Amino acid sequence: MSQHSPLPSAALTSLAPAASVRALVGRPTRRAALAAALLLPLAACTSGASDGSAPDGTASDAGGAASDGGVAGADGLALVDPWVKAAEDGMTAAFGTLVNDTGRDLQLVAASTPASTEIELHETASDGSGGMSMQEKEGGFPIPAGGELVLEPGGNHLMLMDLTAPLQPGDEVELTLRCEDGTELVVDATVKDFAGAQEHYEPEDSSGSGASDAEGHGGDHGSGQGDDGHEGHGGDEQDGHDADEHSSDEHGDGDAHGNDAAEQDGAE
Amino acid sequence: MTAPEGDPAPVVPGRRRLLRAGALGLGALGVGAAGAGLDRSLRDPAGSGAEATEPDPSPHGGAVVPFHGAHQAGVETPAPASATFLALDLREEVDRDGLLRMLRLLTDDAARLTRGAPALADTEPELATEPASLTVTAGFGPGLMARAGRQAPGWLAPLPAFGIDELEEQWSDGDLLLQVAADDPLTVSHAARMLLKDARAFATLRWGQTGFRRSPGVVRPGSTLRNLFGQLDGTANPAPGSEHFAKVVWIDEGPFAGGTSMVMRRIRMDLDGWDEADRGAREAATGTRLDSGAPLSGGDETTLADFEQVSANGFPVIGEFSHMRRARGVDDGEHQEIYRRPYNYEHAPAPGSGLLSEAGQVFVSFQADPLAQFLPIQRRLDELDLLNQWTTPIGSAVFAIPPGCAEGDFLGQAVLE
Repeated sequence: MSQHSPLPSAALTSLAPAASVRALVGRPTRRAALAAALLLPLAACTSGASDGSAPDGTASDAGGAASDGGVAGADGLALVDPWVKAAEDGMTAAFGTLVNDTGRDLQLVAASTPASTEIELHETASDGSGGMSMQEKEGGFPIPAGGELVLEPGGNHLMLMDLTAPLQPGDEVELTLRCEDGTELVVDATVKDFAGAQEHYEPEDSSGSGASDAEGHGGDHGSGQGDDGHEGHGGDEQDGHDADEHSSDEHGDGDAHGNDAAEQDGAE
Repeated sequence: MTAPEGDPAPVVPGRRRLLRAGALGLGALGVGAAGAGLDRSLRDPAGSGAEATEPDPSPHGGAVVPFHGAHQAGVETPAPASATFLALDLREEVDRDGLLRMLRLLTDDAARLTRGAPALADTEPELATEPASLTVTAGFGPGLMARAGRQAPGWLAPLPAFGIDELEEQWSDGDLLLQVAADDPLTVSHAARMLLKDARAFATLRWGQTGFRRSPGVVRPGSTLRNLFGQLDGTANPAPGSEHFAKVVWIDEGPFAGGTSMVMRRIRMDLDGWDEADRGAREAATGTRLDSGAPLSGGDETTLADFEQVSANGFPVIGEFSHMRRARGVDDGEHQEIYRRPYNYEHAPAPGSGLLSEAGQVFVSFQADPLAQFLPIQRRLDELDLLNQWTTPIGSAVFAIPPGCAEGDFLGQAVLE
């Protein structure tokens, strides 16, 4: 599905045919929805993990569900409302709610996307001084049978470490999620202009300078992107801070709703 | 657009059903509204002791107006109490692709919020749980059509200048219009902000206007709006759900088939000056009785005016200069009718201005062809209308309202693709 698979080889080798179904959570066309409906039974057959708990994605509903923007997942695993914070370069994060209707416990261990050279699974925790910091989640996230895993700003999330191209609002980004047992889920996530999700990133092996989650600093994480593409966005010091510009003027005036939009204009 | 629905609550009908509902839905909606009114009138009467069920403590919060359908909601659907109108200008660097991405985002926001679900990445999901008949209606200005590389309808341009106009650019024109309306101002506020946040990467806010009508449950649904002069305003409207309405409002062919045109005029009303006019002078200006809305020739609000009727001293009962005579829809047998869907506005006057209010009307009308239907009426009012003494148009804009969209499509798709 995705051309690169930066995931632990164990996850790849341990399992036979991964149940890989394109979950049409993006902007499904009718044709794509139908295709999903056709694919689903196949996936159910090949996964070999079906325990008869008949997840909602049976062939008959799937077309309707997908074209309604519903979720057709890998044999009962779905990422509901997937989205990614827009960013010019560097890092950003992906969110959504993983719903496990497979009838078995899962462990999310890896994710990938064409939009970034690497995705890390991150958890956010109190840094002990009133702030929050995030770090890679060792071993990934459990998703109990019948349960869900919420990926949200300020909490657990998927960290796109180094964008291969700017992610603009309204873009669709393909995400591939892999569980320890080989269950694989591919979804399209919508890129959103989002002011938050600026958790402090504290890689375990770093000297502590850290970087804000979404700010796309090349410094700590070897962007290789350089400063290209920043024209028109103000100072070099503040590389790639589109989102921050939004947030800083967001609450400027108590006046009409759109003042930030107007100010935005002025900022450019 | 993007749309996994986590919450299973809304029963989402299939695409085909939606389209069919779009075609037929308004009639049903009208019936529903009438049914609700009937229901209420049955429950309300004094001898309600027999009523066993508890009244719903918040009967309006959960009301949903379907977003998808052949026509956009917010035109033929009942005008809710609170509205925010936002006109956006596309940023210079936004190309056709960017424009379509923006419309997909806004459509997704609108589809979710109108059914009482948070927008994707909604930072205040708790403010999205009471849709209160929320509608989001999009309109395209000439700039948007040009940016999309699509031919705009011939009428999509600023109206010609009128002698009575004192237009201010801050209230005029725009590339994209969003009409956000609900029976609750907090719902409107959240929806408008969410839409603006998703639009800001593509567009800047040119102007915003807010307006109000009666709160839900205060008057019988379908009642004619009273403007701030106390005048019933919109009596001559074609009835929503009727064939007459469809003929007046909906465009029947071309890319905008199923859509309409929207004329917005910001009309300042001199309430302090109106105070100086006694009731007789006011009614002479409107041509109607202020209490019932009946034409001065007699009857009730819905009675057709008798423009030929003269008084004992030989003057027309409905004056030659009266608003009613000048604004009447059908003139010399021509099809000059519009559907008025206005909102009142009132803001605190500038400190130190000495005024009691800054007030008026956000005039909104929908009609299939503004040049053939709206313009002749406006020309007559411009030439002569006693009400002009107290009213001044200070803003003006024309938008093309694309048809509604089906689930999974985006607003304007039929027009732009």
